[in-house]
Amino acid sequence: MDVIKTDVAIVGAGGAGLRAAIACAEADPSLNVALISKVLPMRSHTVAAEGGAAAVIKENDSLENHFNDTVSGGDWLCDQDIVELFVNEAPKEMMRLEHWGCPFSRDPDGRIAVRPFGGMKVERTCYAADKTGFHLLHTLFQTSMKFPSVKRYDEFFTVDLIVEDGRARGVVAMEIRTGKLFAFAAKAVIICTGGAGRVFPFTTNGAIKTGDGMAMAYRAGVPLKDMEFVQYHPTGLPGTGILLTEGCRGEGGIMVNKDGYRYLQDYNLGPPDPWPRKKAMELGPRDRLSQAFWHEQQKGRTIKGPYGDVVHLDLRHLGEEKINERLPFVRMLAKSYVGVDPVTDPVPVRPVIHYTMGGIDCDIDAATPLPGLYTAGEASCLSINGANRLGSNSLTELLVFGRRAGEHAAAFARSTEGRTGGEKSVAGAADALAGRVTDLLDERHGTESIAGLRKEMTATMESGCGIYRSEDTLKETTAKLAELRERYQRVHVTDKSRVFNTELMHAIELGNMLELAEAMAHSALERKESRGAHQRLDHTARDDANYLTHSMAVRGDGLEAPRIEYKDVVITKSQPAERVYGGEAK
Amino acid sequence: MTTERMIEFEVLRYRPDTDHEPVFETYRVPCNEDWVVLDALNHIKDEIDGTLSYRWSCHMAVCGSCGMQVNGEPKLACKAFVRDYGNRIRVEPLATFPIERDLVVDMDDFTDKLQSVKPWIIRDDGEKPAEDGEYRQSMGELRKYRQFSMCINCMLCYSACPQYALNPEFIGPAALALAHRYNLDSRDQGAEQRRDVVASHAGVWDCTFVGQCSAVCPKDVDPAAAIQQGKIESSKNFFLDLLKPKKTGAK
Repeated sequence: MDVIKTDVAIVGAGGAGLRAAIACAEADPSLNVALISKVLPMRSHTVAAEGGAAAVIKENDSLENHFNDTVSGGDWLCDQDIVELFVNEAPKEMMRLEHWGCPFSRDPDGRIAVRPFGGMKVERTCYAADKTGFHLLHTLFQTSMKFPSVKRYDEFFTVDLIVEDGRARGVVAMEIRTGKLFAFAAKAVIICTGGAGRVFPFTTNGAIKTGDGMAMAYRAGVPLKDMEFVQYHPTGLPGTGILLTEGCRGEGGIMVNKDGYRYLQDYNLGPPDPWPRKKAMELGPRDRLSQAFWHEQQKGRTIKGPYGDVVHLDLRHLGEEKINERLPFVRMLAKSYVGVDPVTDPVPVRPVIHYTMGGIDCDIDAATPLPGLYTAGEASCLSINGANRLGSNSLTELLVFGRRAGEHAAAFARSTEGRTGGEKSVAGAADALAGRVTDLLDERHGTESIAGLRKEMTATMESGCGIYRSEDTLKETTAKLAELRERYQRVHVTDKSRVFNTELMHAIELGNMLELAEAMAHSALERKESRGAHQRLDHTARDDANYLTHSMAVRGDGLEAPRIEYKDVVITKSQPAERVYGGEAK
Repeated sequence: MTTERMIEFEVLRYRPDTDHEPVFETYRVPCNEDWVVLDALNHIKDEIDGTLSYRWSCHMAVCGSCGMQVNGEPKLACKAFVRDYGNRIRVEPLATFPIERDLVVDMDDFTDKLQSVKPWIIRDDGEKPAEDGEYRQSMGELRKYRQFSMCINCMLCYSACPQYALNPEFIGPAALALAHRYNLDSRDQGAEQRRDVVASHAGVWDCTFVGQCSAVCPKDVDPAAAIQQGKIESSKNFFLDLLKPKKTGAK
């Protein structure tokens, strides 16, 4: 196998990967950076983020406010030392993004404008109309082009991490256009491959979000932290799952049931007036809003639609001018994909899988327990998001920790430890890993269909591991996933071509997703409490005595189920308390 | 559920390791009326023929992956609704690019051209420290360049551009629009550095103003306007250069 030598290999070129690449290049222009992505960078799913990025940049706000909102929003499962660093660094990172050309919406005085977001006490979400992720991604991509030390490997699909002597030494990746495998020998590796929303059937996540990097780290022995916490966004379009930003509600949109009633007031989020009130009603956190939908559905107060039950997101009172200025993309999406113009009619929406709070275990420096391996963005779990991420914290997270991952990986690559050993063994280790790919193309391989296994996986995740869970449903799901993993060994790839073989990629991605689904379901089964996005019908209360702790899913051998271990949550200045939203919220 | 209709998709297939030339293959797909062409391709991939290759991801017209020719016109497959077509739909890779495989085209030329226009903020005085806060920009200044920042790099404009088809050296609509976007940004001071590329023969002057690029853009960007404005700037600079010697050192 051909070996490509580099200093730092970054897997994934979305927001986090690009920010990490820029940080590496700025830290030391003499370091070679290989930026490896299965898609062209501007296709990465950061592009689909709409509402904005949170940072304290206004005089009426404080770092303490942002800290408190984030920690209570995460139901106290956040590591508070990391949240503190995050809120401190956020304003600087936002300014750098502005200096690089991000077309932020502006206040009359020319400063960056902010809008309210769910669970945030003060409006602090910086935005570029309703395409903030798109502009952030393109700004970072275009800015990254000015650094000659960053060499892009677009459409290289990373298959596995190379680990030798207890250290990350590089990755094996397939050049998609030729099917040729390459070993990237690196002194440090950064995984920025995003989340794994595609393990569910109904998701805002693009097709590429199959959690490849999480699965690679997991196979390399790195624990996956807090995988049971998966966020439902309350406002997805029925049928497609297309996201309508929380910015709709930040700008004043309301949610009503089949009776035209603002039902959120029945779920400790009221009173409804005066509106808008921060941290109340439609500006409550996503977990609470999605759970309220489930209850409305149980009560028969949702609206029947061709793609399941919905409620209405009503923006009409904002008026056409404001909708066109602040929410033009939302208007286009609603008109095109459900045939509803938000200027004249309420839009049907329902909760949709959106974000994996869990991910690769890492510390405040974005370092994983495996020396030489770093991670940032949705693939990682620091955790600043705890049991429920607040909207607009994740774009900021990928800036703050993308940079940290880049800087710390660069420092490791320059260190004595980073520079020693490994080079000779990489090619051999890569050859061993390549077998996983070539096996799939073997003529004698089995008869299980990729699409069939995928549909069974997503169905069991939705039925057993959705907004509400219980021991019975989770046991069914874990048993089903064990069966699917066994059957996956006989998966059949009909396409034997080496050139742009997307079926082969889908087969590898499915293998990754099955492992992640299992980590999610087993972590959920073992957490016998309700916290944030993890709600158990058989354990309805939060249980700090036993579960104020991070779950750590450690991969079992072969087809064995993961082992669930625990790691302490770091609490510095905010003692766990009741999460309060609505009129009583602080 | 919504009504279903059987549609025949004629899809251009080409596998360079086995095929001598591209050929059409026909698939009969039961489509919901609210489907887009991409939904039908996914149905083919999952249920009929797993070997069909195409790019896609977001399914919401923002990642720019799924550009292809639908009945001869460049479209995003995720925004081309089957309700707007009859019972036969022809799907081909974007025109003017080499085919890698099936509906997948080679985009290397575009990413090289993107880089050549220096699509990043250039400051004579360097970037100011983050602690000094943002560069002030009014909404009016933002609106001057905003539409040119909306390009999703989907390549539909290159597929529609007769000049790019004739002359592969032409930098083309999206990259020139992006250069214009930075030149118009009140934070940027790099117009002169971009001039050599933008005002070159392969730059704005190669455009014959057919305007198809703007007509096919799924994001309402107007690359044709960017290029015409670029020509005006370039002409002004030409005459100004006659009056004063060009700065040296700038590239």
